[in-house]
Formats: sequence, structure tokens, C-alpha cells
Amino acid sequence: MSLTATPQMVNQAKKRKTSAWGDSLRALPWLLPTLVLIAAVVLYPAYLMIRTSFFKYNAMGIQRSPDPVGLENYIGRGGALTFPGVPIERILINTVVWVVVVVFVTLLISLLIAQFLNKPFRGRKLLRLFVILPWACSVVMTTTVFRYGLQQETGLFNRFLVDVGILDRAVAWTKDPTAAFWIAVFVAVYVSLPFTTYTILAGLQSVSKDVLEAAHVDGANAVQRYWSIVLPLLRPSIAVAALINIINVFNSLPILRILQETPGYHTGHITTTLMYEYQTALGPGVSSALSVLNFLFCLVIIAIYLAIVQPTKEVA
Amino acid sequence: MATKRTTPIRAQDIPHEHTIKGGIDKKPNLIGVVLGAFALVVFFGFPYVLMFVTSLKTRLEVTDIPPAYFPSSPRWSNYLDVWSSEVNPASALLSSFVIAGGATLLVLLIATPAAYYIARFRFPGRLVFLLLVLCTQMLQPTVLAVGLFQEFKGWQGTSVWLALILINGTFNLSFAIWMMQAFFASVPKEIDEAAQIDGLGKLQTMFRISLPLVWPGIVTAIIFVFVNSWNEYAAALILVRDSSLQPLTVAMPRFLGLYVQDWQYLFTTALVAVVPVIVLFGFIEKRLIGGLTAGAVK
Repeated sequence: MSLTATPQMVNQAKKRKTSAWGDSLRALPWLLPTLVLIAAVVLYPAYLMIRTSFFKYNAMGIQRSPDPVGLENYIGRGGALTFPGVPIERILINTVVWVVVVVFVTLLISLLIAQFLNKPFRGRKLLRLFVILPWACSVVMTTTVFRYGLQQETGLFNRFLVDVGILDRAVAWTKDPTAAFWIAVFVAVYVSLPFTTYTILAGLQSVSKDVLEAAHVDGANAVQRYWSIVLPLLRPSIAVAALINIINVFNSLPILRILQETPGYHTGHITTTLMYEYQTALGPGVSSALSVLNFLFCLVIIAIYLAIVQPTKEVA
Repeated sequence: MATKRTTPIRAQDIPHEHTIKGGIDKKPNLIGVVLGAFALVVFFGFPYVLMFVTSLKTRLEVTDIPPAYFPSSPRWSNYLDVWSSEVNPASALLSSFVIAGGATLLVLLIATPAAYYIARFRFPGRLVFLLLVLCTQMLQPTVLAVGLFQEFKGWQGTSVWLALILINGTFNLSFAIWMMQAFFASVPKEIDEAAQIDGLGKLQTMFRISLPLVWPGIVTAIIFVFVNSWNEYAAALILVRDSSLQPLTVAMPRFLGLYVQDWQYLFTTALVAVVPVIVLFGFIEKRLIGGLTAGAVK
């Protein structure tokens, strides 16, 4: 023991001598690749985008003026927030509804599924693979099959809903902005379930059997055990899943893009899809202005989430 | 159960005695399990049943009015013909594999040492680094599309793959670092110190001592990065102009041309593409969940 302690003490003596600056320098080789990538692929394009948002471009992406135009692309005539014909208030509301409803419903259903898949029974491994399908099959493909099945005349989902009597006649779901929006909400929940369920399932592993057993013996029923033992212990997993989902759902482009067959500035957009509408119709100036606003909007939603949920708060 | 003796016995406890005996580990109710399993299979299977049925129809049948539930005779040849169709799904599959595989490798190479170091050592600037990583998590290719396009628009030919590997890798870096960091932190520091006393360097300690212990965390990171890159849409949409280099997400919609809509081929390809992912998943699923907490030293 005394033999092994000696080099340790020498190390500690060395450590005291070196400055804090040296500590940072020693960390650098381990962190440098990450820093370089973030600088090159996140910060630099972010700078380019912010810069672009202050210059005038035409729809082809050719710069129209050598000087910056101030906030013209944001709130000027034909700016991101003020472009004539764009129902911007509705789109902002849509965005909040989209994020809140999708993330909340996803979490609720995931808690249920994870609880079920955590039970010991034969075949649960196979069942877990079923749950992963929407993720494995890619968001684009899953959304596409919904679009196909919901076509008014050729869609089998429509025919099925009519045949079992839920609908009187086939509906053109994807042609109506509002209907398509709610279909997209459903699909967004659907494709978010695998990741969320797995995160919660992993969290359930950390719930100690002994504690549950003790509570059971003390007379706590299943609901009480879940509410006052399992759920608090799941808090970190739920917090991570919620945060990742908020970011992913907010930035989700393909679901609404594939399911909305109405062209132009309709009332079924969220800010992220509006951004791509601008990109093709108005060029990079206005589009990047909306991207900047979009990011700030996302930050606000995350800040509200953090303020309300306080996911970093320690479990008592 | 030994604990039974320590609890005060109340009248209402007595009828429950058999459940207490079984504890919370009692076999779940069979009917409940069957119903639950059935509901899950239907819920998570139905879109893919439609996909499968449609993939066996002819080009005329996929646009029948009204649509038939099943093809008149299953056309298995779709699964062969699709490879010689105009869209060439083989090259799209290859692109997706190169991009997702490359991004996963990149993340593993870069995130592992970073996660290890921030979990093990305190140094000035550590918090700044963690905040920076968290910020990149909030940005996504979708938000930065305009900037990414300006930066990478010159990368054509196969170097567009490199661009997409860099983009997918970087945007998945933060999640991987955060997760692996937590796993490394869960391994007692004493194990590392013992290894270093035995003469291993930091790098060797990480590779030979810590990595095997945090394997479940790494598997989770692999799946997360791979599937996210496999699903990535926005960056591929704006960057890849050469259609033979497009990954699946962007190439698939080309089956739906203005005049001819080959839904059957679209879904054939989708189903073929899902097989490798499910297989990959089946292999590591057990480690992913079972090992999440069991891996560390008790």
C-alpha cells in the first residue's frame, strides 16, 4: 500500500505546481477535434447565415445590393415576418401547438409503452423491435406511406375508415392545410415514440426492485408506487427525452413538407416549413432572416421548458 | 419473504398475502400481456403492412380507384425489378450507408476522448466547453440550411458525401458527448487511478480500462448517430445535386414523378432498407437496455 501511494503523492505534488492554464492546455488535445468541428460546421455557417440575413438577394440567390439593408429582410416590405399573404400569426401559433402537443403526447404514450415493455414476459424482445420500426424505417418513408394511405381516392387508410364505418366518405386529408396539420401531428408523435420509449425504458432499469418491493410490502398499491417512486426516479430520463424531442420536433421539416399538399403560404405551416417556402420563393436573404428568428424562437421555447420543468433539479 | 415479519399485519393485508408472497415480480397477467402486445403490434405495424401490400402491386394497381386491399396476385418480381428502375435505389442505399456509417465513425473517434476527459478531469474552461456543446444540440441542419449551403455548395462529386458526414457527425456530436460523459462518470475514478499507477497512460487507460466498462453507452451513441444520419433530410436535400449520389431520404421521392408514380418501387426500397437497421438493432438491443446500468462496477 505504501509502495503504491508514493507515486500518487508525487503526482499530486506535481499537480499543485502547474498552473490552471496548464490544466486547460493539457485538456486541449482531447477536446480540439470537437472544437474544430463545431467551429467549422456549426459556428461558421451560423455566421454566414446571420450575415446573409442582412443583405438583399433575389430568389435565385444572387446578391442584389453591396450594402447591408438593416432589418429589411426581417420586418421590411416583404420581410420574413411581414410578407404579404403570409398568415404569420397563425403560423406562430401552429408552431407552439406543434411542439407542445407532439412532445407532450409522445411522452405520455412512451411512459405507457415503456412500462409495459419493462414487464418480464416472453417475446418482449421481438415486441421492442416492433416499436423501433418508425425510427428504423426513416421519418421520410413513414410519412410517405401515411400520405399514400390517406389519399382521397386511392388511399387504403381512407377506404378502411369508410369500410368500418368511422367515416361516411373518403376525405382528402392532405389537401386541406388544417387536416394535414393534425395528421402531421399524429405522424410526428408516431416517429418520436421509439427514441422516447427507449430512453424511458433505459431509465426504468435504474429503478431499484428493492425499493418497489419495500413499498409494496408497506401497502403502496401499483398507482402509488408508480406515482411516488418510479416517476421521480424517471425524471432525468424524461427530461432528456423531452429536451431532445422539443429540439427535433421544432426543427422537423419532412413530416409537414410531405403531408401538406397545398402549395404556397397556407395556414398549415410552422416556421420551419415556412423557411423552406421562403427559400425557394424569395431567396436566401428573407429565408435566413426567418432562420435566425426561428432559432431564437426555439431558444425561447426551451427556456420556458427549463423554467417550468427544472429538469436539473435534484430528485429529493 | 423475509421482510414480511417486519411489517405490522393489518386486517386488510391478509387477503393480499398471496400477492405479497409473489412480490412485485409476480408473472404479469397473461391476458393483459397478450392484449397489450396485440395493440402494440397493430399500432406500430399498420403503416408497414400497407407498405408491404403496396410493394406487391403492379403500377396500375397502386393507383386503382377504389384501392384494393390486396394485389390480384402478389408481384414478387417488384423486389428484383426495382434495382434496374430509373431511380437506382442501390446507389441511394450505398450513399446512405456511406454517410451514416462515416458520421457514426467520426462521432466515435471524436466524442469518446472528449467525453472521457470532461468526465474525468476538472480544468478551467470545462463549463464553457459543455455549454458550447449544448448550444450545438439546439442548432440543427434545418435551421442552418442557408449557411451550410453557402459553406458546402462547392463540394460536389463524392466530396458531397464528406460534407454530409461532417454535418451529420457534428450535429450528433453533442448528444454523444453528453451521454458518454455520463457513462464515463459512472465508472469509479479509483479504477482509472489504479491503472495509471500500474503505468498506463491516459489514452491507454481510456481504451483498455474505461471503454469496456462503458460499452452500453457507446452502443447507445452508435445507434443514435447512425439512425439520425440515416434519417437526415434537410442537409441532403439542399446539398446533393447529383442524383446518383443522393441518400435514400432524398432519392426516394423521385419514384413519384410527374407522370409515373411508382409507389410500389418506393415501398419495395423502403422495406429493403429497413432490414439492415432492424438487424443492427436486434444485435445490440439487449446490451442497450439490459446493460445500461448493469455494466458499471458494483
